[in-house]
Amino acid sequence: MSAAIEKVSIIVSKGSLEGIYPGLIMANGARAEGIQANLFFTFFGLDAISKKRHEHIKVASVGNPGLHLATIAGALPGMPGLLTAYMERKMGKLDIPPIPEFIEMIADTGAGLYGCQASCDLFGLSKDDLIDQVTGIITVGEFYALAAGGEIIFT
Amino acid sequence: MAQVTYDGQAVSVNDEGFFTDPAQWTEDMAPQIAKAEGIDHLTDRHWQVIRFMRHEYDTKGTGPSVRALAKTSGVPVRELYELFPKGPAKLAAKIAGIPKPRGCI
Repeated sequence: MSAAIEKVSIIVSKGSLEGIYPGLIMANGARAEGIQANLFFTFFGLDAISKKRHEHIKVASVGNPGLHLATIAGALPGMPGLLTAYMERKMGKLDIPPIPEFIEMIADTGAGLYGCQASCDLFGLSKDDLIDQVTGIITVGEFYALAAGGEIIFT
Repeated sequence: MAQVTYDGQAVSVNDEGFFTDPAQWTEDMAPQIAKAEGIDHLTDRHWQVIRFMRHEYDTKGTGPSVRALAKTSGVPVRELYELFPKGPAKLAAKIAGIPKPRGCI
């Protein structure tokens, strides 16, 4: 048996529902196994920790082959909302929490939550725009220092 | 699969140290299992969680995941991780002599 994983640092770079959840589940799952975890939100991933947007994350309804939905259908007005509500209902039945609650829970497990400095500069965001659970806004170099000695997972 | 001794009795555990036969567990074994996992002293709060895990196993056939544990045991997530630093559902299950819960949340 090889050595157990001791630390994971997970990058969340997408802003869609299906782009954000995997990273959160990885982080929460790591903590449940006693593995140290960090979450680093960059680019559209910042939406997951943005006060303004974290309650409005949607499923990508166009250009998303995994949905098995015709592009023309996915482009109809209201489709993202419809699909998101459908997904959220299904996830609710499995007791998968909505993104804001999930992130709060992950913060309670002791995981570190970080925003990407460069992306914050790009979108004009400061720490005040991000939810309280965010540990800090860091650069990519600082992220590498944080992640040292552990695994890095890019989502 | 191995045999270990807790409280003077031999019990069977799997590779990760979880009881293969939960019926072999007694409450007196819990402090010894906890100590082996780095928890030197079980407080009332610890016991609240351990007893709850056992109850869930007895009624539902499996221990709860961390989220379910926090929601129904009355102990919030933050405190669970303070009581059982290396993974509450996993650790509490081991100390309670029940199999490791299988869940992703």
